[in-house]
Amino acid sequence: MAVSGLIMIGYLLAHMYGNLKVFAGQQAFDDYAHHLRTIGEPILPYGGALWVIRIVLLVAIIAHIYSAVVLWRRDRHARGGTSRYDSPKARRGVQRSYASFTLRWGGIVIVLFVIYHLLHLTWHVVTPGGPASSPYQRVVNGFEVWWLVAVYTISLLAIGLHLRHGVWSALTTLGAHTSAAARRRLNILAYVVAIAITVGFLLVPFSILFGVVN
Amino acid sequence: MNITVRVWRQAGPDEPGKMVSYDVPDVDEHMSFLEMLDVLNERLTTRGEDPIAFDSDCREGICGTCGVVINGVAHGPQQTTTCQLHMRSFSDGDVLDIEPWRADPFPVLKDLVVDRSAFDRIIASGGFISAPTGSAPDAHAAPVAKADADHAFDAATCIGCGACVAACPTGSAMLFTAAKVTHLGLLPQGQPERKARVVEMVATHDEEGFGGCTNIGECAAVCPKGIPLETISRLNRDLLGALIRPHT
Amino acid sequence: MSDTIIDSMDADSIYLEGEPIADTKAPAGPIEKRWDERRFNAKLVNPANRRKLSVIIVGTGLAGASAAATLGEAGYRVTSFCYQDSPRRAHSIAAQGGINAAKNYRNDGDSIYRLFYDTVKGGDFRSRESNVYRLAQVSVEIIDQCVAQGVPFAREYGGLLDNRSFGGVQVSRTFYARGQTGQQLLIGAYQALERQIAAGTVTMNTRHEMLELIVADGRARGVVVRDMVSGEIESHFADVVVLATGGYGNVFYLSTNAMGCNVTATWRAHRKGAYFANPCYTQIHPTCIPVSGDYQSKLTLMSESLRNDGRIWVPTSGEDKRDPREIPESDRDYYLERAYPAFGNLVPRDIASRSAKNVCDEGRGVGPGGLGVYLDFADAIERLGRDSVEAKYGNLFDMYAQITGENPYETPMRIYPAVHYTMGGLWVDYDLQSSIPGLYVTGEANFSDHGANRLGASALMQGLADGYFVLPNTINDYLAAGPFEKIDDSHPAAAEAIDAVKSRIDKLLSIRGSRTVDSFHKELGHIMWDYCGMERSEEGLRKAITRIRELKAEFWSDVLVLGQGDELNQALERAGRVADFFELGELMCIDALVRNESAGGHFRAESQTEEGEALRHDDEFAHVSAWEFDGDGGKPILHKEPLVYEYVEMKQRSYK
Repeated sequence: MAVSGLIMIGYLLAHMYGNLKVFAGQQAFDDYAHHLRTIGEPILPYGGALWVIRIVLLVAIIAHIYSAVVLWRRDRHARGGTSRYDSPKARRGVQRSYASFTLRWGGIVIVLFVIYHLLHLTWHVVTPGGPASSPYQRVVNGFEVWWLVAVYTISLLAIGLHLRHGVWSALTTLGAHTSAAARRRLNILAYVVAIAITVGFLLVPFSILFGVVN
Repeated sequence: MNITVRVWRQAGPDEPGKMVSYDVPDVDEHMSFLEMLDVLNERLTTRGEDPIAFDSDCREGICGTCGVVINGVAHGPQQTTTCQLHMRSFSDGDVLDIEPWRADPFPVLKDLVVDRSAFDRIIASGGFISAPTGSAPDAHAAPVAKADADHAFDAATCIGCGACVAACPTGSAMLFTAAKVTHLGLLPQGQPERKARVVEMVATHDEEGFGGCTNIGECAAVCPKGIPLETISRLNRDLLGALIRPHT
Repeated sequence: MSDTIIDSMDADSIYLEGEPIADTKAPAGPIEKRWDERRFNAKLVNPANRRKLSVIIVGTGLAGASAAATLGEAGYRVTSFCYQDSPRRAHSIAAQGGINAAKNYRNDGDSIYRLFYDTVKGGDFRSRESNVYRLAQVSVEIIDQCVAQGVPFAREYGGLLDNRSFGGVQVSRTFYARGQTGQQLLIGAYQALERQIAAGTVTMNTRHEMLELIVADGRARGVVVRDMVSGEIESHFADVVVLATGGYGNVFYLSTNAMGCNVTATWRAHRKGAYFANPCYTQIHPTCIPVSGDYQSKLTLMSESLRNDGRIWVPTSGEDKRDPREIPESDRDYYLERAYPAFGNLVPRDIASRSAKNVCDEGRGVGPGGLGVYLDFADAIERLGRDSVEAKYGNLFDMYAQITGENPYETPMRIYPAVHYTMGGLWVDYDLQSSIPGLYVTGEANFSDHGANRLGASALMQGLADGYFVLPNTINDYLAAGPFEKIDDSHPAAAEAIDAVKSRIDKLLSIRGSRTVDSFHKELGHIMWDYCGMERSEEGLRKAITRIRELKAEFWSDVLVLGQGDELNQALERAGRVADFFELGELMCIDALVRNESAGGHFRAESQTEEGEALRHDDEFAHVSAWEFDGDGGKPILHKEPLVYEYVEMKQRSYK
């Protein structure tokens, strides 16, 4: 879970960087989209690097989901079923974060979102706001639709919460949690990554919705 | 003070169980929580009702025998063992929900008594240093830096009560396992078996049916001995090292 | 009415005197050579033959777990039992202060001979010189063994082991692991035991309580146990049986023992022919947290290491009810420092305890019921700083605060003596073999090393000495004649033992009287504490014997045990233990009555110096009192083992 999760975080950061090119204008954004397909040429064919990234990502996603399902089944069994304690007085635990409750449902929201996101901006199967040949135009068309922005917002909050616990947990699983001080640092890092990615991704749709970018 | 307890009653391992309410009047605030149960049991017995079965032994917080979930929290509102919890932590009129540790590897034997022998099997799979009696060098032969000795001690204070499992949302015993891995892994005597130890203990932990650790931290928050959460990360480092380079 | 019973109960009607006995196993010759010589002369068992020999070990405390691990490693087939749900929970775990060893790491004049001397003197000249010398010799190896196992003893900045001093001695020879030494040593032994369980040399049976010993054809050959979960009665057979079942302090109901500690294993063995030695020697620990109410289920000890830096006092006047912090020095009586200037607050346990009782009897006690004295750290905090005090005693202070709700850094602690350890136990010879061939007894369950009073930090030493080093080098002398003829349930002795256990359980369950087991146990405890506690007198002991007999009769006609035998039934477990405590309690009082002298933990009001100190009568009582059971309703038979002191001159203990 930890390694696959960190791979995806790396991808998200790169993806976010690309998204923010929207603010540099249509030309820059479209060039960037094109450039992604020419990385590594001529050793790699056109779009090759992107496919390498996509395969790595796909493997990470499959590994992440597979691990999640295996762990979920094992944990549900280990804790002695779903209704564990009769007492309703400590349902929120002693100290656990809200984010730690959201991982599984949040994960499902994220999966559904990613499918929609691919249908929309990668495969152009759905085209809210109208189709366009320029990637930039597709983005702008889409995010001028208010409900699409709402869908993206909910999804990104799920991602943010997922990352809040996930970043901390991944680094802990990999052994970085060495002391109480390290715990503070890792938790701060988890917040920073979660907020940066949530805000970074939401900047574009909101900017478009409110006409800052058009 | 007068309180009400709702207690999990279960006649045997394969019997169904349910929560049953009992009024407990005239509770002294200086009583320990288990003494309150003693008093209730005396009253139940003289009324001809089956007393509540619960485990306890030393009643001074060190043997790890006692432990129930009180109001949904392992060992109750203070971060200590159930036997060291006193009724002054509660108020007149309180309703206390009392349940056994719940986890698949900890089957209920009766009422609040559970079987924790899985912990022994985890230790048996590697939680030791192989030092046959009589083979030891002089105690001063291997100095240990005080910081390492102190950290090893912090981990070694684990009493094996099982609260970590009862509190863990995923029913993991990783804090228990990590405490032993950390205790022995920090000492020079523990180095020769360090890699095999962590691999074997984690494998047994999984075979026994405990869940995976998701670093939520509820275990350390209820641990009566304050075993810190970072011991789990230390186990993870040792485990990764052992899996990547098993023979060095 | 009861007076006539007392009057008619003269000493002769209480007990009979039998032939003297002697330890035949300890070699003569220079004391420092005896253990070597015994090991050399003991018959050995070839490693290949060991797997044909089986050993039953009951109890998994320091003495039991260490023996099981060591004998398993040696190649014997070991079957181990404990009543707890895990061997790691035995009550050795609660020992706090430390473990003595004559390492002389401090270069402060310590030696094996000095540890030997201190222990014999501390035991008030009522222990065997040979045994004690061996204990001191072996102490050195214990520390090495434990460190090799990874026991995290306290260390100094240089990385070497730290030591501290303890009551009754003037050297620093106590190794410790904060205030949890017993826990760390037991976990070490437990891990060694689990290693053998995994290796298949030891079969562990948790939640099994031994209820009867099987003695067949003159040899201890097995045990009858009850599976405490299913209630099933099982018999187990072996070539030799080892009891490592701890002490019997719970006869007092309130003690520092765990709830489950009991005398049943050793008492059942006693009824089958094992002599019970010096049952009246009980140790009352001076630094326990006072009783807070009649619901109290146990007492909590705080390590007497606290006496290293804490100062014990009471107000000079019993009328003085001020907050202790407001009482000026001039109105305080530091009574130990005053009466014993050389040792001060570090006098041996029996003296510290009795002094506390005396000042409370004078009406100067503090806290609820006037049963407490102050243990004050104000000076230590001023001298060493709070951090330093916290580093040394933090966990004890936390424990005190947790139980009492008071902050000991701010106000003096209140302490009172409590029953803590029993020096008496089954009689054993130098090999740790009881008077039943093939029955060995180790640790607190035997009587051997502490005489009439045990020094602090010596219980852990003895338990591990017996289990790691002594028993594994003596049991072979017996086993060399084995394996013995195989027996099973059809053997008359086994069938009789199994029947006895079953009918006793049936009896306890069929009475369905009106009083709970605990109410009987509490009443017995009160009798024992009042008449066979810190101070005993002939009149009181006679009264106690009568009352115990009456209470026992009432128990067997009016006890209320609900539930069935074939289920987890905690009241039934307790009932069986309390039934045995009645019989033991009576024997303790008889032993205390017959021993008309004061020695160590046994203080007879009739035998004291003009200053109120314990007064021994070596001419009459320099012997071990080993009691033989003579049937229900019979009179116990006293066998005396004379104690001979060749190395340490017997003299009145003085800690002035």
